[in-house]
Amino acid sequence: MGKSFLPASCTAAAALWLLSACAPEPSTGSAVVAAEDGAATPVRSQPAPSLPRPELHPGMPGLLNGAELEALHEARERGLRDIEGLPDFGFGEAASPERIAAWDIDIGPDGEGLPPGSGSVERGETLYRLQCVQCHGARGEGSQFEALAGRVPGDRFPFSEDRRYPITVGSYWPYATTLFDYIRRAMPQAAPGSLPPDDVYALTAFILQLNGLLESGDSLDAESLPRIRMPARDRFVRDDRRGGPEVR
Amino acid sequence: MAKNRENGGLPSRRELLAGVVGTAAVGAGAVASAQQADAPKPRPRAPEDPTKMQGLVPRPLGERSAFETPRRLVRVLEPSSSSRTPLQYLQGIVTPADLHFERHHAGIPNIDPERYELLIHGMVERPQTFTLADLKRFPAESKLRFLECSGNGGTAFQNQGRFPNMSPQEMDGLTSTSEWTGVPLKLLFREVGARPEATWFLAEGMDAAVMTRSVPMKKAWDDAIVAYAQNGEPLRPEQGYPVRLFLPGWEGNASVKWLRRLDLSDRPFMTREETSKYTDPLPGEKARMFSFGMDAKSLITFPTFPERLGGPGWWEIRGIAWTGRGLITRVEISTDGGDTWEDAELQDPVLPKCHVRFRKLWNWDGRGATLLSRATDETGYVQPTRDALLAARGSYTRYHYNQIRSWRVESDGQVFFAG
Ligand code: HEC
Repeated sequence: MGKSFLPASCTAAAALWLLSACAPEPSTGSAVVAAEDGAATPVRSQPAPSLPRPELHPGMPGLLNGAELEALHEARERGLRDIEGLPDFGFGEAASPERIAAWDIDIGPDGEGLPPGSGSVERGETLYRLQCVQCHGARGEGSQFEALAGRVPGDRFPFSEDRRYPITVGSYWPYATTLFDYIRRAMPQAAPGSLPPDDVYALTAFILQLNGLLESGDSLDAESLPRIRMPARDRFVRDDRRGGPEVR
Repeated sequence: MAKNRENGGLPSRRELLAGVVGTAAVGAGAVASAQQADAPKPRPRAPEDPTKMQGLVPRPLGERSAFETPRRLVRVLEPSSSSRTPLQYLQGIVTPADLHFERHHAGIPNIDPERYELLIHGMVERPQTFTLADLKRFPAESKLRFLECSGNGGTAFQNQGRFPNMSPQEMDGLTSTSEWTGVPLKLLFREVGARPEATWFLAEGMDAAVMTRSVPMKKAWDDAIVAYAQNGEPLRPEQGYPVRLFLPGWEGNASVKWLRRLDLSDRPFMTREETSKYTDPLPGEKARMFSFGMDAKSLITFPTFPERLGGPGWWEIRGIAWTGRGLITRVEISTDGGDTWEDAELQDPVLPKCHVRFRKLWNWDGRGATLLSRATDETGYVQPTRDALLAARGSYTRYHYNQIRSWRVESDGQVFFAG
């Protein structure tokens, strides 16, 4: 198996491509790999093909700026140089799209990976009463475990100085997609991974409604969920600590 | 309650009632060590004169002397919980694997190594799976590196001076050092043809939380390890058996245990563990995200609570220092509450991103004294005072508590945590 890293002359183009990742176009939504026979095979479960990926907001921490891309490229070249004396081992087995789909449950902040299906606030409430209420409280106020609902007056974000307000989906979570992703993989605690997509949409909808982010008649699906603008979205900043004398 | 736990929040009433944190805690308001919580056992016996009888024969599996009963301090008996390393008990820099701290979000899974597979996909030329045997067949590397939970030290930070009865274990027991062995991640990424556009990858665990973190690709090209061994033997189940990600110098949560999947992408995934958790509220109504690096920190481990010095004279002040940013270059000790400082000796080996043992002889005059330690790393970063950290982050910031710790030695020799 030959390696297919870009030759040095292509790195500038790659860097430009990376820069454009700050405002991805719909076509960048699915990672497409060339299979052995050269045919392109989509490797992610995707939303319905007609749905463009909603744009990531430019302030999203984790979208690399020019200097960070430069540093990444240098690290990549250095890393590859470290191992350039080693052969291509060819260990492991090719993973088929089905094999990948069996495990690939992650959801991006742009909604990438959201499965087909939908769920209403109303159905979510019923499910919540049956499966979640004993640990998270009737209105998501938290009982045995974490609070899920609650906003800070004026959607302020005083958490570094003020302990009075609980950290909740409505007061702190920057992306609604995280709620779907987490419930599907980890909840309810005694039966994680047991909820089908429709139930996860419904529970997500209900918890968002408890947080005043949806109305009681609303429903959610792959298109609407990533478009919900969370109150705390713009509160997050990248890590500016990098050693040196300054305490940050 | 539960939400406070990983940032070292106070034990809840339920935790206290459950008794797992020790009964002495209720009155003092601090968590007693697990050793105290154990029912008192009769002291083991030894012959009057061991030279007058033959000893034990060799055994297939060794165990500690019956006189030694170190214990991790378990915070609460629930799947999402932690246990802490008895730092005051340890010498040198290596943490025995059975005393390495734990933090899990959904308990310790039971994984059959023969059915284990690691899937790598996303922005790669050739998505692939690797068995454990495949991973072990690649050229390996071993590194002595610390691992620290970024919530370590939270109780001490947020409750200045309120818990004099805190041992190093209770305060900072969510840090440990091991020799980690595995495959350099860059080798696996070259093997699958990681595309240059990939800027992040998702690491996913095989526990009941199917726990996920987004990790910058740069870390993979730098020094990330896909580890399968710890201190010479396969990982302990609670450390990720059979395979974990290991990100040297970075907050523990990102070193995803029971690793089953790596998904390469051009943006982070914004999982629950990097949004709702493991973000650091800052003054100005912001929160820091992807705050992976662990800044320089040091901790005196002797003399500390619950130690009592037997009298004036020579004592060796001992402790550990570490930084996620490379090498510790200096540790200073003050025995007068921070008015004057002197260099401690750094004991070999001094390794990057690893606990370093420091020592300083002290001739105690028998009067009350306040002991402090302060680490400096190779970037010129100096471990800050609590006030400096508070000014930069606010009183209730949630992670990365590396402020200077101090210990009060009373004239009767009893030592207390002093903030
Ligand atoms: C048996 C108790 C229990 C039940 C039932 C339960 N949860 Fe949870 N939930 C927890 C615990 C414990 C955590 C925190 C886990 C951790 O520490 O990582 C949690 C965390 C969460 C979180 C993340 C909270 C945060 O602030 O990060 C969400 C969202 C959630 N649960 C949703 C649900 C939903 C929806 C249901 C019902 C389908 C449910 N839970 C049922 C115990 C429970």
